[in-house]
Amino acid sequence: MRNKVGIFIGCVLILLWCLLPVAWIISLSFKSQAAITNGSPGFFPASGDGAGWSNYSDVLANDQFRRAILNSIGISLIATVLSVIIATLAAYAIARLEFKGKKFVLTMALAIAMFPVVSLVGPLFDMWRTIGLYDTWPGLIIPYMSFTLPLAIWTLSAFFREIPWELEQAAQVDGATSWQAFRRVIVPLAAPGVFTAAILTFFFAWNDFVFGISLTSTESARPIPAALTFFVGADPFNRPASLLAAGAVVSTIPIIFIVLIFQRKIVAGLTSGAVKG
Amino acid sequence: MSTATASTDSKRDSKRDTRLPASNRAKAETRLGQKLVAPAIVVMLLVTAFPMLRALYLSVFNYSLTAPEDREAVGLSNYLTALTDPLFWKVTAVTVLYMVVTVAIELVIGFAFAMVMHRIIFARGLIRTSILIPYGIITVVSGFAWQFAFTYQNGFVNQWLPFIGDTFNWFGDTTPAVIAIMVSEIWKTTPFMSLLLLAGLAQVSEDMLEAAKVDGATWWQRLWKVILPNMRAAIMVAVLFRALDAYRIFDNIFVMTAGAVGTESISFLTYRQTIEQFQLGMGSALSVLLFLSVLLIAFGIVKLFKVDLASARQEG
Repeated sequence: MRNKVGIFIGCVLILLWCLLPVAWIISLSFKSQAAITNGSPGFFPASGDGAGWSNYSDVLANDQFRRAILNSIGISLIATVLSVIIATLAAYAIARLEFKGKKFVLTMALAIAMFPVVSLVGPLFDMWRTIGLYDTWPGLIIPYMSFTLPLAIWTLSAFFREIPWELEQAAQVDGATSWQAFRRVIVPLAAPGVFTAAILTFFFAWNDFVFGISLTSTESARPIPAALTFFVGADPFNRPASLLAAGAVVSTIPIIFIVLIFQRKIVAGLTSGAVKG
Repeated sequence: MSTATASTDSKRDSKRDTRLPASNRAKAETRLGQKLVAPAIVVMLLVTAFPMLRALYLSVFNYSLTAPEDREAVGLSNYLTALTDPLFWKVTAVTVLYMVVTVAIELVIGFAFAMVMHRIIFARGLIRTSILIPYGIITVVSGFAWQFAFTYQNGFVNQWLPFIGDTFNWFGDTTPAVIAIMVSEIWKTTPFMSLLLLAGLAQVSEDMLEAAKVDGATWWQRLWKVILPNMRAAIMVAVLFRALDAYRIFDNIFVMTAGAVGTESISFLTYRQTIEQFQLGMGSALSVLLFLSVLLIAFGIVKLFKVDLASARQEG
């Protein structure tokens, strides 16, 4: 009985921990901009300080912000698809084949997962400017791919190791062609793993800030996290907090959607891969 | 199942190998395997090894993008300047402080969360979904949310905390500003820690716990003598990843203080030198030093705790 009460209290604490700051940023996004300028402390908007949906309509009417959403969605999706395709090939080889250099690939992936990203932005900044990738979509897609590959390879090879590959031969014995065996047997078994790797990769790309801020200079490629910091001016102590909060909420909506739909897959991927994204 | 067949296959191959120099099949398999991993290796090296070598090269120049014609080789003087500057050491100390404090707190809270999630019977999906929200949220957004929460003009923290005046300025001095940054960092990354620990907790055998209980071990003894030793590998993997991640702390500092009042980390200093001040030579030297310190920390943790990453992964 005491145990159950403890777990119940634990659950409440976890929920508070996770949701309170989210509730705060939503509440902040409904404070009016005038109230923010005058100072309006407190968790909820004071009476008369409410802004309705006006912060949201202002944010969505802002060209820079709309463009940043487009950039983020495009860049993250392309990087995710490319990274998962390349990682699937590598993970298949790692899980299924015996070859020289297997250890090397896994060690390298691990080393890159721990790489201090900031130490690359200087040389990349210089290189990208020379070859014309600075401030373009590919200029961000390429580094996102490199830094999500380790996570994708580890997650996928863990999944692929669990697949009963004999089923492929069994299907062939039963008269399926090798294409049919692959298409009807292996693809459905491998799809959940590939999907999980894709979600984790997308999270990484969507969250990235260091590359986003260093390798872009205009709205032609600037992703949301970087745009949020630009959109408000350089002074961190005097910001249109509520407007920014509305932007932050908008940028979090896709993440919440993905989490709500794919909760099970994400947890499985994080715990089997044991590599941070 | 699959690994069993694969290993007998390869055993058969290696037996054949002792008779023949190398079977065609093994050769073909190696070729195919290498072909399949080649694209991944190329992409990973393109953006890491190559720029890192370039940083190594640039670091021996006095090279500023604002005056590129004046580039000249200066040997190791950039490193000397950095390593003899008290600012470098101060920034490194602050970074180590961020790393040690956040990882320690995350480990304790993350473990408590993992224990709750492991034992929970109701609302499992709800808890797991909500714990993924901080994990998935953009770090920049977390930074903004907490910065606004701590400001006295529009936040709520001063009102909620006892013994703190309503007009206390968290961002006016190093200690409170560092605390605010740590709060955002801890909030965002504890869920990741707790999920890794949850996977480790699932490996602890229930029979062993039951046996300890029958033998009269208290809850505290079971925790320290049975649970923790049995999930050592998972704890070490979680600490290693989080420590290296925390050492690279950048986003929260950028958003919350922009490095003001002594909150700057080593990553932020490197960024400021290269991207804001265009000092590519000096910035590259700092990049190399940052890289070396990350290697040193990784090596230290692996040696100190004898983490075998490969085996930890097999179990986890």
